[in-house]
Amino acid sequence: MGQLLAVELIYRGVFQKTLAKNITRGIVLAAHNEGKLGISFGRYGDSPERNGIPAKSFAIIADDEETLQAGMAQYEPKEVDVTIVLDDTLCKGTESWAWYGLRPVNGALKPGRTLIVVSLQDAPELLKVIHRREEPYKLGILKGVTSFSGMWVYKDDHTDVRVLGAIAKALPELVGLKAVEQFIDEKLKNPLKAVSAHTAYDRFTAIEVKPGQGSAEELPHYTLPKWEDMRLGVSIKGQPQGGPYQDPVTKQTGGFRPARNQLFKKASTRTMRPVVNFATCTKCTLCWLNCPDGSFDVAPDGTYDVDLEACCGCGICEAVCPVKNCISMVSESEFHDNDRQWASFRKDRDAYLKWLENTIKTAEPIEQRSQGFRYRGQYQEQIPVALEVARKG
Amino acid sequence: MTTTITIPLEGKKKTYEQEALITGAEAIAVACKLANVDVITAYPIRPYDTVMQYISQLVADGEMDCEFIVAEGEHSQFEIVKHASACGARVFCGSSGVGWMYAMECLTVSPALRVPMVCMVGNRALDDPGAFGVEHNDALAVRDLGWLLNWVDSGQEALDTALISYRVAEDRRIFVPIALSCDGAFLTHSQALVKIPTAEQVREFLPRYNRGDLLLHPDNVISVAPQANEDWVTEIRRQNYAVTERACDVIREVYADFERIFGRKYGNPFFEEYMTEDAEVVLLGMGTLSTSAKVAVRKLREEGKKVGFVRLRWFRPFAGPLLAKCLERFHAIGVIDRDFSFGSPDLSGVVATEVRSAMYTSAATRPPVLGFICGLGGREVTVPDIREMTDIIFQAAHGKPQPSTQWIGLRG
Repeated sequence: MGQLLAVELIYRGVFQKTLAKNITRGIVLAAHNEGKLGISFGRYGDSPERNGIPAKSFAIIADDEETLQAGMAQYEPKEVDVTIVLDDTLCKGTESWAWYGLRPVNGALKPGRTLIVVSLQDAPELLKVIHRREEPYKLGILKGVTSFSGMWVYKDDHTDVRVLGAIAKALPELVGLKAVEQFIDEKLKNPLKAVSAHTAYDRFTAIEVKPGQGSAEELPHYTLPKWEDMRLGVSIKGQPQGGPYQDPVTKQTGGFRPARNQLFKKASTRTMRPVVNFATCTKCTLCWLNCPDGSFDVAPDGTYDVDLEACCGCGICEAVCPVKNCISMVSESEFHDNDRQWASFRKDRDAYLKWLENTIKTAEPIEQRSQGFRYRGQYQEQIPVALEVARKG
Repeated sequence: MTTTITIPLEGKKKTYEQEALITGAEAIAVACKLANVDVITAYPIRPYDTVMQYISQLVADGEMDCEFIVAEGEHSQFEIVKHASACGARVFCGSSGVGWMYAMECLTVSPALRVPMVCMVGNRALDDPGAFGVEHNDALAVRDLGWLLNWVDSGQEALDTALISYRVAEDRRIFVPIALSCDGAFLTHSQALVKIPTAEQVREFLPRYNRGDLLLHPDNVISVAPQANEDWVTEIRRQNYAVTERACDVIREVYADFERIFGRKYGNPFFEEYMTEDAEVVLLGMGTLSTSAKVAVRKLREEGKKVGFVRLRWFRPFAGPLLAKCLERFHAIGVIDRDFSFGSPDLSGVVATEVRSAMYTSAATRPPVLGFICGLGGREVTVPDIREMTDIIFQAAHGKPQPSTQWIGLRG
């Protein structure tokens, strides 16, 4: 048997679907220039994708036909030689709708292999949220603005070839830089892209992550039931109704918190989260009413407190809120937990409002959010920022 | 179509059975009334529509109390009863031919959702051509999907089997839909004397439909029919497979109870044997072709030809080992298919293919199983047809090889 290598690519559903496909295809076609064989495929269970849902694509590269067949004999590789994360907010873990509970982004990585993350953050910051594991591995950051586009459009910002360049550096036995450049030259026919790939190759470095380094968050464990133990009639027991909950300061109970699905939480779909100013909330109910996921609880004081495990960050609450800066969507990379905002507000009102003021400064103006293209010309507007990053590295 | 028929269903003497001259479809309508069905949906298509017309008459006359909903098409017709059944209602529905096929998406999902709907299929040829005579391919279209399927050959059996079907379907061990098949015209539109049991007897036989923890109700909050990935589907299919493992035992149990309460004896529930004790060869078929088959068997017997007839009642579950044990003692078997399965092994009809399969697994001997395609599109299966088939079977029994499938009554 020859050499068999697997690549796992974790991306945001819809926004990065085309990008992911282009990268895994690029890996196979570039490796083929070295005489290797390969296949690329998206995780079927992730489709149809929903905006932002964590999804996966794979590439399998082998020296010969029989080795490739051995790799294809299981649909999804259980162990991979390199994992690429195309959006750094995915580092908190992923829960696609085909899985049960949050999974770490480094879970399938073979010991000693490399995790590549596209990010503007540095390694210590990312390791606050990437789950710890018992074996050492490498973490490399490909500096770059997260590349998001829409269902029907593709933002050709060179992220695809930059990732290929980084892979060539991290795992040269998979594909070398020369083969990547040949692929770009012959298939993409864009000399500028070859420069981008080369630059990414030159700049890419990875650090050693020691056993136990990373987030200590406990991951949920879920055992699938046997067929005799499953309910009949393709039915699922409903959630109990929920009820009032306690004010952490006065200990009085009130409001309403519905019981929510504990087996599927939507937090890992989120790239932005709503932060709420409870001091300016007029209790108009619009956020609670319009939230498609029913993520808002009625707090005992009548304001609305978002359950950040249930929120998928769509931003509708911000859009319908009639009070300026009462609900603001802020990049998920600013946060390291899903703690309740209303509880923090009740415990220390002034500290919360001060934190809020600083936090919402980092929020992008609503018109410029990068969840796909919001308006014609947005891509052109983003080019200077992307170029700046590309120049500095 | 006949005009309104008034039947003294609930006369003064309720403890006695009464006789009525009714069609097979009307017999099923009477069964619905006796079973106190809660929700019935209708959409006209011949020959099923007889039952719908008669039930609407019973409702209009105040003899029957149910939700009678005329849907805008068969798909909705079956969707409505599917949901009503999930909500705990005893339901009845039915269709024919391409109407049944138009409901196919709903027919497909119903077994996994474990809704014990009882439906009548007035067997009708599938278009095209736009024919309306009997052919069994309509009901057979659901044979692999988890439905239970039976065929009857008389008004009496139609009424009895409708009651039996409710009891079987609503048994928690089963909880899947049942299609009760009646040959178009020959059964649905011909009137015969039918003994009608009393409401008390039916009440004793048929307990209330109890959906238990599967009941769709605000007091029992459940979510039904979500998307599921490959981690769940195999297990869900296995649950429906378990139904088919248990079905034969439950059906036996129910027939025994039927006999106890109504006094009518069906013997082996799965198939009826006619003059098979000393037979050398047998014919096998489903539905009303039994009449001409039995007449032909008697005539052939007068000529000294030892032939018998086997009529299959339950096609799903298919009582394979039991049938194989019955058939293994004959020198040759002829299966009359009022259906087709184009391109199947031996190019036979559905029933012949199933019989061969059952014989291969469970029979001690390997007599030839000949397939006959006959009586399509409502064409009669005549006594001479049966005679012709019997001659062929005897030739096979005497060692003369015969084609595995032959078309009988075909011009050419």
